[in-house]
Amino acid sequence: MRYAMVIDTLKCVGCSDCVVACQTENNVPHGYCRDWVTEAVSGSYPNLELELRSERCNHCANPPCVRCCPTGASHVIEGGIVLVTADQCIGCGACIESCPYDARYQHPDGYVDKCTFCHHRLEKGQLPACVSVCPTKCMYFGDLDDPNSEISQLLKNRKYKTLSPEAGTDPHVFYLI
Amino acid sequence: MQEELFTSGRNIPNIDPSLQIWHWPISLYLFLGGLAAGILFFAALFYLMGKEKQYPALKKAAVIPPIALSVGLLALVYDLTHPLFTWQLYTTFRIESPMSWGAWVLLITTPLSFLWLFSFYRSTFPKWESKLKLFKKFKFLEKFEKFLITNRTYMAYALIPLSIILGVYTGILLSAFNARPLWNNAILGPLFLTSGLSTGAAAIILLSRNREERHLFSKIDLGLIIVEIALIIHMIMGYYAGSQVQLEAMDLLVGGEFTLMFFGFVILLGLLVPAILEVIELLGFKVPVAVPAALVIIGGLLFRFIMVEAGQLTRYLY
Repeated sequence: MRYAMVIDTLKCVGCSDCVVACQTENNVPHGYCRDWVTEAVSGSYPNLELELRSERCNHCANPPCVRCCPTGASHVIEGGIVLVTADQCIGCGACIESCPYDARYQHPDGYVDKCTFCHHRLEKGQLPACVSVCPTKCMYFGDLDDPNSEISQLLKNRKYKTLSPEAGTDPHVFYLI
Repeated sequence: MQEELFTSGRNIPNIDPSLQIWHWPISLYLFLGGLAAGILFFAALFYLMGKEKQYPALKKAAVIPPIALSVGLLALVYDLTHPLFTWQLYTTFRIESPMSWGAWVLLITTPLSFLWLFSFYRSTFPKWESKLKLFKKFKFLEKFEKFLITNRTYMAYALIPLSIILGVYTGILLSAFNARPLWNNAILGPLFLTSGLSTGAAAIILLSRNREERHLFSKIDLGLIIVEIALIIHMIMGYYAGSQVQLEAMDLLVGGEFTLMFFGFVILLGLLVPAILEVIELLGFKVPVAVPAALVIIGGLLFRFIMVEAGQLTRYLY
């Protein structure tokens, strides 16, 4: 079992609904976020291309944040989800510095926080909040190890990329391009 | 075809500033850790070589490591967002986390530096003792001191590897983060160790009243400065040979906002000028040795500040 998220950048309109849903669902303090939308324009005028990406923790298979955590607060649970145990976190910031995706932030209560793939919702058989609210249905969630899952099929049939593969983290958030 | 790339970044205001999370206490701590490591290394080494009588400033300098490590640790804890949970560092040992083994090395080195200082306390600072009269007030101290003095050799044997690990760790702590291109190079460990040893030697020069001793440590410091310059050149060449993100990181130091600080204060005033002054002094001309020593110490401090600040500005994504 390896949870993964697939995001169709061709369908994303950058409405930031995923961001608001996450902030509401996870009680993210004001001014912070666990996911965000990036706009990237590339190409050379007049052939410019706009890509909208909903970004978050990549729940890497080789997570540098877990490696460098001195207390073991950052850890990987079944399904490859990277979590932070608030009670063990001393707020040293090593994991924030080690994340090439800048996906972590320091919660005002002193611990480090980030996307959990809505772990509490998965336990109830629900989808992550961001996926369930997306109005263009550009986000997919499922098991990467199951060849018949929707995400495996998408990754089989479509072109995709991951962010900063050169960082060697083996991310589990994929972008269809 | 020339590619144009523009990335707006996060669509939510006030997010990015919260990512710059290491502030001045970390830089100060890295400097103090290196300084303490340098002094402890020389103190233990010269003790094992049987030369502690020849070089009295080494014993005096033993005052610095316990203070430096304590202040450094306080700074470190102050920068944590959950300082009351610091004990969590010691409920586990994580071999892959440099911060974890750094915490354990500090846990051993800090008390050892206090014991080392205490074993020299009465002989090096008789004036303090006559004022404080500690040994009269607490009878058990006599026994404890005797025990420490008989075991000094073992302490010195332990301090040499511990101080080297402590010195290297201040650099490895940063270089372990592959998400920060400026830090992510293997040279930072030896570079910070050399810089720590150099500031340690400079502190000993400042405390010394003995010409021969100052001369020796000037020579040692000069050697370390040369090694440090070589390592910095090596570091810059490494960035130039690196990937795009490393080239961009390098731009901060060469031609960017940290250029004056890096080349003006660290390289010129912190390394080249003291090296030249020390050479002039070794050639027999009279130079107040306190000047190059103070410059080396200030340069070492600024170097940590620049590396910690600039490193956090470098990143993989946009």
